[in-house]
Amino acid sequence: MKEKIADLEEKARRLRVAIVKTLHKSQSGHTGGSLSAIDMVCALYFHKMRHNPQEPTWDGRDRFVLSKGHAAPALYVTLAECGYFPSEDLMMLRRLGSHLQGHPDSKGTPGVDVCTGSLGQGLSMANGMALGLKLDGKDNRVYAVLGDGELQEGQVWEAAMAAAHYKSDNLCAFIDSNGLQIDGDVSKVMNVSSISDKFKAFGWNVIEIDGHDMGQIIAALDAAEAHKGAPTAIVAKTVKGKGVHLFENKASYHGVTPNDEELPEALKCLGCFD
Amino acid sequence: MIATRDAYGEVLAELGGENDKIVVLDADLSGSTKTGVFAKKFPNRFFNMGIAEANMVGTAAGLASVGKIPFLSTFAIFAAGRGWEQIRQALAYPKANVKVVATHGGVTVGEDGGSHQSVEDVAIMRAIPNMTVIVPADGEETKGAIRAAAAYKGPVYVRLGRNKVPSVFPAGHKFEIGKGVVVVPGTDLTFITTGLMTAQAVIAAEKLKAEGISARVLHIGTIKPLDKELVEEAARETGAVITAEEHSVVGGLGGAVAEFLGETCPTLMKRVGVYDRFGTSGKSDELLKYFGLNAETLIEEAREIISRKK
Repeated sequence: MKEKIADLEEKARRLRVAIVKTLHKSQSGHTGGSLSAIDMVCALYFHKMRHNPQEPTWDGRDRFVLSKGHAAPALYVTLAECGYFPSEDLMMLRRLGSHLQGHPDSKGTPGVDVCTGSLGQGLSMANGMALGLKLDGKDNRVYAVLGDGELQEGQVWEAAMAAAHYKSDNLCAFIDSNGLQIDGDVSKVMNVSSISDKFKAFGWNVIEIDGHDMGQIIAALDAAEAHKGAPTAIVAKTVKGKGVHLFENKASYHGVTPNDEELPEALKCLGCFD
Repeated sequence: MIATRDAYGEVLAELGGENDKIVVLDADLSGSTKTGVFAKKFPNRFFNMGIAEANMVGTAAGLASVGKIPFLSTFAIFAAGRGWEQIRQALAYPKANVKVVATHGGVTVGEDGGSHQSVEDVAIMRAIPNMTVIVPADGEETKGAIRAAAAYKGPVYVRLGRNKVPSVFPAGHKFEIGKGVVVVPGTDLTFITTGLMTAQAVIAAEKLKAEGISARVLHIGTIKPLDKELVEEAARETGAVITAEEHSVVGGLGGAVAEFLGETCPTLMKRVGVYDRFGTSGKSDELLKYFGLNAETLIEEAREIISRKK
């Protein structure tokens, strides 16, 4: 297990490098939230989820919904690393004609099942998938990643209510709780605390973890799968911009990309000396 | 006489038996929208989402993404209004195979009043790329439209009414998405109509005949995509067009026809509908009269447009 965790940590480091390079190239996109979510996305795609990059629409796959769609770079670099599409495509992020849209678009990108990015909608979609899979008697699981600022959207709680009502225990949602949103601290813009208490009150199984601790992420995913009768929320304390001190815990890096001056330092932080 | 929502309930339950991919969602109005008929027959494939329309739309998108054919229903004001951005993002943008069947469209909602009378839904649904927008004239056409929507791959908005409406089409009428139907032939002017106004246009055309005015009735069951061929033919052959709908004159059938003819074949035109105002409480037949949504208005407008033609 120790080896597995070390492997995943190394994978996540490489994915962070890819995020920084991709966003430096595109000069448009969301750096902070991509770096805060990447460890969870990495654990899902390289450890937990059943999926087949050679057959993106494989019937037996588990499903993933990036509800905080602005972290698209985290998803894109992961899909590219898995082999869903060539890594060179990443250099076309957000360009006219690219399948890599600013926010995930199921029409063009292999491995993306739904369109997200307008916040608050992904959990509803994920629960719809969970209901449909259960209806078919399948044991496939559905994973979602939401932001903590995103929890301010009322639809999230409509979905939370419905998922508990229908006992969607094949649904597991990460809350990427980096504490920051565009206008500043989540607690100051519109306090959503306590996230865990809210999900518990809605009838969810709740697990609190450090969202950058690979061991905790994996353990939480296993515990979520083992829990029957209710969906699981993994409330993950994270650091916006994690891994690059220039970006860490800065709301100003929500929608800002690394510039030419920052790039070498950012890559150095990530142990990349190419 | 049958309400389009009753026809919907009936055909949806039939479809449920024919295709187990069909699932149905409702937001606490299954008795009124008639999805309750399906729910009774297929409880496992029916999801009551409570009074939470935004989540209902997103859930339907998720169900569609795992291969289901979701039909979701509530009143038009809540389906199109409350759920607009979810319909845009989660259904239309990805071309999700979800059918939004909205009942209680227009002013015939009646006593509930302006808050519940959707006179804008066709306009706001029509503005979304990838959407198909259907407004059946009667029960028979509703059955055909629902079957066509189920067979079509992609998002569809179907607008139905609360009250019983006269039959326009015979039993077994075939509905084709995007195809208008000339219900009454005519040469002097054309009523281009949708929903319950088509039956009114048929009555108007009959009465106008006695005055020596030959009025064509072109029923447009699919507002989007518009049957441009039949609309242009009507404009060219009759030289005058009166649109009629139980909806705002802004952006609905009248808007669609005006946009199209304005660019391709400018024609004398009049839009009959709700003139940029909200509805109000009253009995539905009183309201139709109050808003001028009847054969009498169509006859007056026909005389008026014929006088302008000369």
